[in-house]
Amino acid sequence: MAEIHLKTLAHSYSANPQSDTEYAIREMDHVWDQGGAYALLGPSGCGKSTLLNIISGLLSPSEGEVLFDGQRVNELSPAERNIAQVFQFPVIYDSMTVFDNLAFPLRNMKVRESKVQKKVLEIAEILELQDVLKNKAKNLTADEKQKVSMGRGLVRDDVSAILFDEPLTVIDPHLKWKLRRKLKQIHEQFNLTMVYVTHDQLEAATFADKIALMYGGQIVQFGTPRELFEKPNHTFVGYFIGSPGMNFIEVKRSESGVEFDGLKVSLDEGLQDFLEQIPSSNLKIGIRPEFVHVSVESITGSYECAVTHVEDLGTYKIVTLDLKGRSLKARLDEDQQVPEHKAYVSFPKQWLKLYVDEYLVEGDSE
Amino acid sequence: MNKVENNKAWFLVLPVVLLVAFSAVVPLMTVVNYSVQDIFDVNTAYFVGAEWYREILQDPRLQDSLVRQFIFSFFVLLIEIPLGIAVALMMPTKGRGASLCLILLAIPLLIPLNVVGTIWQVFGRTDIGLFGWALTSIGIDYNYASNPIDAWFTVLLMDVWHWTSLVALLCYSGLRAIPDAYYQAASIDRASGWAIFRYIQLPKLQSVLVIGVLLRFMDSFMIYTEPFVLTGGGPGNSTTFLSQTLTQMAIGQFDVGPAAAFSLIYFLIVLLVSWLFFTTISHLDKAK
Repeated sequence: MAEIHLKTLAHSYSANPQSDTEYAIREMDHVWDQGGAYALLGPSGCGKSTLLNIISGLLSPSEGEVLFDGQRVNELSPAERNIAQVFQFPVIYDSMTVFDNLAFPLRNMKVRESKVQKKVLEIAEILELQDVLKNKAKNLTADEKQKVSMGRGLVRDDVSAILFDEPLTVIDPHLKWKLRRKLKQIHEQFNLTMVYVTHDQLEAATFADKIALMYGGQIVQFGTPRELFEKPNHTFVGYFIGSPGMNFIEVKRSESGVEFDGLKVSLDEGLQDFLEQIPSSNLKIGIRPEFVHVSVESITGSYECAVTHVEDLGTYKIVTLDLKGRSLKARLDEDQQVPEHKAYVSFPKQWLKLYVDEYLVEGDSE
Repeated sequence: MNKVENNKAWFLVLPVVLLVAFSAVVPLMTVVNYSVQDIFDVNTAYFVGAEWYREILQDPRLQDSLVRQFIFSFFVLLIEIPLGIAVALMMPTKGRGASLCLILLAIPLLIPLNVVGTIWQVFGRTDIGLFGWALTSIGIDYNYASNPIDAWFTVLLMDVWHWTSLVALLCYSGLRAIPDAYYQAASIDRASGWAIFRYIQLPKLQSVLVIGVLLRFMDSFMIYTEPFVLTGGGPGNSTTFLSQTLTQMAIGQFDVGPAAAFSLIYFLIVLLVSWLFFTTISHLDKAK
């Protein structure tokens, strides 16, 4: 059981990093509560596996500290940190039976055989592995193997956290949801801190209470799946979360708000005031396709645009619109009228976000 | 569903059949032919049935070299397999050290067999050979040309020197194929060094070890050149192995019939033992 604190942590694979780009993990400070389910989400190469290995102890950070319940563990091996890890490809001991696989960590710790028996049977039942206990682990299916590798972490009473490194990569799609539900169930039952690395936003959202979205070695947003969706605080979050991602339009300042190609977009007063105080000219407005309001007829405050493409995804449609040469995506529900050729869009104020230098700025009103 | 018979397809395998016939079946059948006949000259030959086989199996010379041969192969496997695994485990995994080790290990494998024999023949001499000289200098009475135990020791040492590299290289490639995650998982499971070897490395080496054991068994069982150059089979017959006995019989004495019968028995023994090795090792894990 542990609270994980990453204190001014940074990591570089080169000995004397000169610039930010040489850091695989840029300086960060995060506290992960005991018993929480966290997902580390991000594209390939964003540093999420590096961060996971730092937490597990397979890698020692070049700067900063990793604290487990306030204790510095930088120098401790994975075993000494009492963590368990499930890898991308199932790691099982081929020559052993499922039972021996699950008993392996306990036997290495010289636990009494009667206790080993009891504990292994208990975990096997939770993981629904009772029927294959006597089988060779080698002949199991991929999802059973992943369950065995997770089980080796669960049999230990002293485990403080379980880390998952894209554990569903090799699992058949129809078994993924089953295993994911099992993970969730285990999390509730054992009250363990769990960290789950993935590049799949759906996996992250269904598993985790809180998602740490990584980009370029940094955690750009740390929040609930809902927060990441509704209030992405970096353009990358907007782009990465959601399918399709958020619409962004580069804009310039104008008297009452911002404008692009002569089209004026008004902003909240709070935002307006804020905008006047900052010098940056890298301004973008962003809105989720789900929140773009599309109508067939012109209404006040709407902009006329051309319909370039309609993609029918069954229960909803994705419409690609051309607004003064800018591509805009909007999501239409099944029952909504689909405009042909021409449409009018408007951006509801509460969903229209302003980004300065790629970061979200919020007015005082919120 | 009825299968469509298409006999023309057989013609497509004809080239392979011909090739295999000329390279393997025809020479083998010639030997079979010789082994059941008593041949005096080109025109005079009598069918003798299994007589040569009976004679050969009762020949004490063959029996002795067969026993010697098994003892030799047994020791070769006993020493080279564990030693090869040990060497592979100790080799550096990356950097210049790794390349250097690979080159050093490959050298013995690149030397022609008779050269290996010659090297050790000179190396083991007590007057001009470093090895023999060193042993006698520290007071060990060593002479491979006159003492059968010393001769055996030298032949075995030579084979270990020559072929352990092969096992080591096979195992090294096998070890490199184990993903890091296994070692990481083992470390998390607090496995000891021995447990890592026993439950991760050894099982993952199984397939290369099958090849290693088979190659080393077959090669050592058919060994000829090196002991022939080193000891000439002596002192006495103490290091005369099967191939040498066979060669003496077939070429030295020109006993073609018995030699042919001998060859076939020899071939069958190699085949049988290799099959035994293969099936036992590859069924090890299915047994449970």
